[in-house]
Amino acid sequence: MSELAIDNISMRFDLPNGSSVQALKNVSLNLKSGELLSVLGPSGCGKTTLLNIVAGFLAPTEGQITLNGDRVVGPSAERGMVFQQGALFEWMSVRENVGFGPRMKGANPTATREKVDHLLDVVGLSEFKEKAVYELSGGMQQRVALARCLANEPDVILMDEPLGALDALTREKMQSLVLKLWKETGKTIILITHSVEEALLLGERLLVMAPRPGRIHKEYRLPFADLGVDQDLREVKKHPEYASTREEILSMIWDMEEEIMGRQEA
Amino acid sequence: MTGLIILAVYIAIFVVSAFVLKLIVSQRQDYTSLKTVTFGDESAVTSNGTASVISIVTIFLIWGSFTGSSWLPSILHAPAPFVGETSFDYTLEDANGVTDTATVTVRVMDFGEKTEKFQVDPGEGMAKDDAVSMQASRSVTILFDKNDEATRKEGAKVVAINGTPISNDAPLTLDVGRFALTDKGAISFSAPRGLQMDPIYLPPPEDVWKRGIEIATEGYRNFYLHEHLAYSLFRVIAGFILGCVVGIPLGYAMGLNGWFRGWFDPIVEVMRPVPPLALIPLIIIWFGIGESGKVILLFLASLWIMAIGARSGVSGVKITKIHAAYSLGASKWQIMRHVIIPNSLPEIFTAARVAMGVCWGTVVAAELVAASQGAGMMIMAASKFTLTDIVVMGIILIGVIGFGIDMLMRWAERILVPWKGRG
Ligand SMILES: Nc1ncnc2c1ncn2[C@@H]1O[C@H](COP(=O)(O)OP(=O)(O)OP(=O)(O)O)[C@@H](O)[C@H]1O
Ligand SMILES: [Mg+2]
Repeated sequence: MSELAIDNISMRFDLPNGSSVQALKNVSLNLKSGELLSVLGPSGCGKTTLLNIVAGFLAPTEGQITLNGDRVVGPSAERGMVFQQGALFEWMSVRENVGFGPRMKGANPTATREKVDHLLDVVGLSEFKEKAVYELSGGMQQRVALARCLANEPDVILMDEPLGALDALTREKMQSLVLKLWKETGKTIILITHSVEEALLLGERLLVMAPRPGRIHKEYRLPFADLGVDQDLREVKKHPEYASTREEILSMIWDMEEEIMGRQEA
Repeated sequence: MTGLIILAVYIAIFVVSAFVLKLIVSQRQDYTSLKTVTFGDESAVTSNGTASVISIVTIFLIWGSFTGSSWLPSILHAPAPFVGETSFDYTLEDANGVTDTATVTVRVMDFGEKTEKFQVDPGEGMAKDDAVSMQASRSVTILFDKNDEATRKEGAKVVAINGTPISNDAPLTLDVGRFALTDKGAISFSAPRGLQMDPIYLPPPEDVWKRGIEIATEGYRNFYLHEHLAYSLFRVIAGFILGCVVGIPLGYAMGLNGWFRGWFDPIVEVMRPVPPLALIPLIIIWFGIGESGKVILLFLASLWIMAIGARSGVSGVKITKIHAAYSLGASKWQIMRHVIIPNSLPEIFTAARVAMGVCWGTVVAAELVAASQGAGMMIMAASKFTLTDIVVMGIILIGVIGFGIDMLMRWAERILVPWKGRG
């Protein structure tokens, strides 16, 4: 049973001009294997910072993170990342991008090839294996990024607004795909998003963060992700609890934004 | 004067051919032709191939026309200068007001022919007939009184040419040519100059071509044409490769390590603005004028460019790509090999193109200063003997080869880094 434990994390950025920003304060969280957590919050509340700490790109000023009991000290293959955009290697074909992780590990090339073929099939890009990534649309590129992350078989997948740069329709399709992959692979996923709908639809657990200092404001457990696995997402949205939770979270974030504005004016 | 006429002809051909082509060539039917906003849309401006062809033809046309090229029908030639024998009369008035008239026979020699003294019968009277030989398109000062009975020293002066009065402040233009009196009273004469250039200034294209063939088959200054060019190219390539071998790793080190960057930044930033030409004197002092000096000069010319290109190639890698590679389990070395190096290639290619251009220019300049073979040496040696055809041929070849090198680099860039600008 793998478990991701975020234990009382604080992060303070010391700026060159002497002041400092408290990006995160006393954030604690436990994530069981196979859980899908979506994270919402107003801009600047420390979502990316939190994810970077979990990924191991940043060391927190206080607290620690453990995965399966081992302390996180740097990036590693067990924590895969999917970025908003621009993280694919444009000097490699789609196939080479997806097979990058296994190749770096020195995995058997034939096995890697089969795995890559399978994953590209799953994300619906089998026809584009040999294409250059810059020949693909934004949505296709994100599917390559997903496949590349999965090919490496990480324990935890971290996503920072993976669908943020896509149009509404593509985004909806990608949401279904993420749910499908989540169910099929049973990975632990942390997904940061700006879209309340996306957080509701995809998050088995939903975390709302508050800014200044960045902290956990409220947590929800939601049924929609499970429903969405075999239902059309638009059906899920008709669920009465969906609408009420949505309103609740929207006004929560709205209030936070108001408060930030007020503080700035004062 | 001729320059302005050439410019006018050039502009006229530019404008007229644009209009003519617009009339006879039908508009292309493609996506661009459907754009309504094209002014200011850079992507809607495609280089007009016909214009390029006409442009080159025009240059040769003008060149041939104003040098009287035998490749052009003479109807297209600019007016040629007068050549052959002509004569005029001058009227001499001595200090007492007595006048007499004598004839000057002038032989105008064509471009490239030597002037030769000749005699005419001096005739009778106070003023005697003269004979003068001169070069086409030049002017000649005629000391008419060498054989006259009344000389300028004694107060005699020319008062008319062919019966038309002339004085120091009223020069004359007649059909025969232009006349003026010098301060000392001698006749300055120029036969009609036409508009063609003396081959000493600009030889016609066929001369340049013939000279090129001659140097290619017989050599110039102990070396065949291809040897001269090969020497220059060899120096460029040797210097450039050395510059890459040292500059690229140096740039990588500067991009990846703070100590390296701090150490080399001042050196690179100070050396970069120094034009390689300014290093030539020092290089000659240190290494002499042999091969090694030139290769070192070109090495230095490309070194800073390549180092800066490699450095910015490394600094330009998006942090998300590095993060992604780490999260996929890549080691530092693997990230270097699979992310940083390929990511920096487009910048390195751009730098390489610049470096090759600079090297090619620098090698020619270095050969101008000191060399016993090479394209630059060839034109410098030729200029000392006013062998303008070799100079022009050399300049054209230097330009064409430089262009060829750049095309080659661009082609290599397209093949090797197709992802350039698509990240
Ligand atoms: N490298 C840094 N140096 C200084 N301050 C930083 C740095 N990174 C983030 N911050 C600050 O930390 C806070 C949280 O930033 P973070 O990027 O985590 O926010 P976010 O919730 O991801 O915002 P968004 O939704 O806009 O992406 C912000 O106030 C930001 O200014
Ligand atoms: Mg963010």
